[in-house]
Amino acid sequence: MRLSPKLTQRIAWGFIWAAGISAVVILLLIVVYVIARGLPVFGSEFFFSEPKGGISGEGGISSVFVSTIWLIATTMVILIPLGIGAAIYLAEYAPDNWLTRLIRYGVELLAGVPSIVFGLFGFAIFVMALNFSYSILAGALTLACLLLPFLIRSAEEAMKVVPRSYREAALALGATKWQMTKSVVLPAAIPGIITGIILCVGGVVAESACLYVTMGGSAGMPTSFFDGGRSLAVHVFYLAMETNALDKALATGAVLIVLILIINLITRWLAWRFRARMEGKA
Amino acid sequence: MDLKIQTKNLDFYYGEVQALRRVTLEVKEHQITALIGPSGCGKTTFLRTLNRMNDIIPRSRLEGEVLLDGQNIYDNGVDVVEVRKRVGMVFQQPNPFPKSIYENVAFGSKMLGMNHSAVLDEVVEKSLRQAALWDEVKDDLKRSALMLSGGQQQRLCIARVLAVEPEVILMDEPCSALDPAATLKIEELMQELKKEYTIVIVTHNMQQAARVSDLTGFFLLGELVEYGTTGELFSRPRDRRTEDYITGRFG
Repeated sequence: MRLSPKLTQRIAWGFIWAAGISAVVILLLIVVYVIARGLPVFGSEFFFSEPKGGISGEGGISSVFVSTIWLIATTMVILIPLGIGAAIYLAEYAPDNWLTRLIRYGVELLAGVPSIVFGLFGFAIFVMALNFSYSILAGALTLACLLLPFLIRSAEEAMKVVPRSYREAALALGATKWQMTKSVVLPAAIPGIITGIILCVGGVVAESACLYVTMGGSAGMPTSFFDGGRSLAVHVFYLAMETNALDKALATGAVLIVLILIINLITRWLAWRFRARMEGKA
Repeated sequence: MDLKIQTKNLDFYYGEVQALRRVTLEVKEHQITALIGPSGCGKTTFLRTLNRMNDIIPRSRLEGEVLLDGQNIYDNGVDVVEVRKRVGMVFQQPNPFPKSIYENVAFGSKMLGMNHSAVLDEVVEKSLRQAALWDEVKDDLKRSALMLSGGQQQRLCIARVLAVEPEVILMDEPCSALDPAATLKIEELMQELKKEYTIVIVTHNMQQAARVSDLTGFFLLGELVEYGTTGELFSRPRDRRTEDYITGRFG
C-alpha cells in the first residue's frame, strides 16, 4: 500500500509533534514531582542547619550548599581560562598539521572517558600524590579535567562559526592576530562560549561519584578550599542510600534544580551585558 | 604621475594551481586603477597580494615582487601589520563588525592604542564625513552597524578604512552587492577620495570601470593581458582578447 504524500506528511507531523510534546511533558513531570515532594521540607531548619546524619537524615543542607558554591567557583576559576585559552589556540593559532589533529583527537577521546575514571585519576594525583587530601580543591581540579574537553570543543566551535569576513576586515585594518581574536572573534563567539560554560556548571552540579573520591563526603561547613566537603548531588545520593529521608533527598534535588536555573539566568545576563558593551550599546 | 605600487613578475599559487602568471603592473598615485576580467581570471587574487591578505590562505605561495614606494612588501623583516595600515581594503560584501557605528570606525585607531575619546570622536566624524555617511548617521552613532542598509554599510566600511589613514585603498567589487543608487554614491565618493588616496578597484562591471577609472587592466587566466589608460583600453584595445571581452563576445 502506498500512502499519499499528504497523508505521510500528516503522520510525520503528528509523530514529531508527539515526540516534542512528550519530551517537554516528561521533563516537567520530573521537575514538578521533585519540587512538590521536596517543598514541604523547605524551611529555616532545612536551609540553615548542617546535616546531622543518622538513619532519619536529621538536619539541613547549609554546609552542603556552601560546599557546592565553593566547588562551582573553584572549578570555574581553573576551567574557564584553560578551556578558552586552548580553544583560542586550536581555532586561531594551531597550524593544520598532524600534531594539531592529534590534540583534537585527544580532546575528543577525553570527552568520552567516564567521569569515575577521572575521579580515580584525581584521587591518585590530587588527593594522594599532591597531598591535597579530600578537599574542594582536589574535587575542583578533577572536575576541571573532566569538563575541559567539553569546554574546549564548544568554545572552539563557537569561534569557528564567526564569519571569515570579520577576521579579514580586522586584519585588513592592520590588527594583529591577537587583536583580531580579542576584539572581533571572542565578542562574536561569546554567546556560544557562555552556553558551553553553563553546561559545565551543570556538569559540576550533577557530578557525584567522581567527587565522592576526591572531595570526600564530609558534611561540615568548609572554611577554605583545602577543606573537604559534600556537594548537593553527593548529599542526595547519601540521603537516598543511607537514610530513610527520601523527602529530604527530593528537597535537596529541588534546590539543585533551582540553583542551576539561577546560575543559568545570571550567566545569560552577564553575557548580554558583555555583548552590549562590546557592540557599543551600553 | 608618481608610481605608488609596482608589481614585478608576480606569480601566485593556491597549492598546485597557478592563479597569477608573471603579472607586472604599475599603480600610479592619486589615480583610480580598475582591474577587469571574467570570473576566476585572478583579478581579486592580484588585488589581495597588494596588502598581503593572501598570506592567511594556507598552502599558498607567491613569487615575484610587490613594491610599495619602492620597497618590496614581501621582503623579510617587513611588518605585515604596517603594510595593511598603509594599504587598506574594502570587501565585496559589506562586512561591518557587529558593533556600533562608532566602534566600527574607531576600530583601527583603537588597535593602534589610541584611547583618548576626544581624538577618537574627531577621527570618527572626519572619516564618516569623508565617506559621505556622516549626515545619515550623526544622530545615533551608538546604533549597531548591522542596522544600516547595504549601501550605508559599505560606506561605513570605507570610513573604517579611512580612519587608519592609509595611502592606498583596495576595493574588491565594492558595489556588487549594492543597488544602482548606492553604487552611484560609492562611485562619486571614489572621485573625491582619489584626490587624497590611490585607489585600486576590482570590478565585474565594465561600465563601472569605464566610468570611474583612469587606468584599466584586463586579466585573463591569471595573466595581465592589457594595461593602459581607461579611454585607450575601451576605445582602441591593442589585444584581440581584450576587444572580445569588452565587446561582450565572452565573459
